[in-house]
Amino acid sequence: MRAIVTVIGKDQVGIIAAVCALLSEKNVNVLDISQTVLQEYFTMIMLVDVSAATVPFARLREELAAAGQERGLDIRIQREDIFDAMHRI
Amino acid sequence: MLNNKDILSTIHMIDQEHLDVRTITMGVSLLDCCDPDPKAACRKIYDKITTSARNLVRVGEDIEAEFGIPIVNKRISVTPMALVAGASNCPDYVPFARAMDEAAKAVGVNFIGGFSALVQKGMTAADRKLIASIPEALAVTDVVCSSVNVGSTRAGINMDAVGLMGETVKAAAERTADRGGFGCAKLVVFCNAVEDNPFMAGAFHGVGEAERVINVGVSGPGVVHHALKKVRGQPFDVVAETVKKTAFQVTRMGQLVAREASARLGVPFGIVDLSLAPTPAIGDSVARILEEMGLETCGTHGTTAALALLNDAVKKGGVMASSSVGGLSGAFIPVSEDEGMIAAARSGVLTLDKLEAMTCVCSVGLDMIAVPGDTPASTIAAIIADEAAIGMINQKTTAVRLIPAPGKQVGDTVEFGGLLGSAPVMPVHPQSAEAFIARGGRIPAPMHSLKN
Repeated sequence: MRAIVTVIGKDQVGIIAAVCALLSEKNVNVLDISQTVLQEYFTMIMLVDVSAATVPFARLREELAAAGQERGLDIRIQREDIFDAMHRI
Repeated sequence: MLNNKDILSTIHMIDQEHLDVRTITMGVSLLDCCDPDPKAACRKIYDKITTSARNLVRVGEDIEAEFGIPIVNKRISVTPMALVAGASNCPDYVPFARAMDEAAKAVGVNFIGGFSALVQKGMTAADRKLIASIPEALAVTDVVCSSVNVGSTRAGINMDAVGLMGETVKAAAERTADRGGFGCAKLVVFCNAVEDNPFMAGAFHGVGEAERVINVGVSGPGVVHHALKKVRGQPFDVVAETVKKTAFQVTRMGQLVAREASARLGVPFGIVDLSLAPTPAIGDSVARILEEMGLETCGTHGTTAALALLNDAVKKGGVMASSSVGGLSGAFIPVSEDEGMIAAARSGVLTLDKLEAMTCVCSVGLDMIAVPGDTPASTIAAIIADEAAIGMINQKTTAVRLIPAPGKQVGDTVEFGGLLGSAPVMPVHPQSAEAFIARGGRIPAPMHSLKN
């Protein structure tokens, strides 16, 4: 199952490292990654594969959100299907 | 990979524009629960509901977590209770409402609809008993919703039932006077009621439906409003196109959730109802969409035209997105549940007469409107008759959910809280319709009902 991780917030050192570390710890594979910084506002979007994840999806979601909160970032993970449904015919 | 802009726009819709799935509603047939012994029937009803829907709330929460889309309500609709209770030997049907209430609470859903009767052409003894039980049933239960269909394009309007419902609405308000007449917020009087509507208070599981079914109601007035802000001042073709595109996206999201819920629960998928259902939250209002089109205040001249465009464009966008669009699908205009409508009603611009005109072109009817507590039952019945006439002639669903708030006068406000919001008490015409309602009988079906 593929999912989209989005990280939105104020730019700071080590965001990508922290998110990737957390994902790799749970055996979530990163398939694609893109990021932009616009007026100190950081946006990262990752496409990940959670098929082999060692924790349930809900737990992964909570841990990512908690890691984001520590750094004042909004981190979420959502199944890819929702974006496909809304933006592709 | 998906376009980043698309991903961020979805997140923005959810975060800032109140995009949500308003309800996952499981329809459950209770036709096999009939029993001459009312206690046995109630037990069967309780068992069937709790077995059918035992995983509904958990599945809803799981989907919410995985897709990151809020699912506000999980609900149940059942076979119109008059059809089930009719087999039982008992003078009143309040115990059936209690069984529904207990079952709904046991599985943790927000509402259960279907304490209903379909009397558009005539009333059976069971229908009469059910209607007589409504005020008490709504007072002693918490999550049970009731509806009565009093007319249809095919059958005409049952004016005996209309008169009876005027009295029933009054009695439901008085029986719940300590809560501002809250019973009436759970009671809808329909013309041309639909069998697959997932929205409360009017949901019931029609007799033409399967054993169980999953219907999903999506919402998104905030998303439409936001999209229209970007095309300010442009011609109506552009407005219609923008609403269509937005409705398409919202419906696709609803369909995804519906299919997912249906697969996980092992229950067939029924329909997606793409209604613009407002909430009292700022930025989630249908009235504000109409104002965005260029009206100073919702309710002024031009409001009906604006609503007609909105309602039609929402349907067109939705039909492209899903081949199973059903229910009511359009724009709702419940006064107490819409921050912009509340403001417009308070300012005196939005009147009951204008709302009636708006119901000719919106998806339902006079919804969540508080009127003075001393409004006569015959006046309420006459309002119901007017609304049913609009539905009958225009071959559309219309409904009345009025709250004659006990002890309240024009200018007062009734607070319901939560999604039901707060209702400013609106004036009704003081001239009597008593002799009109006292006639009874049936208003014949219109010419265009004879299509065969």
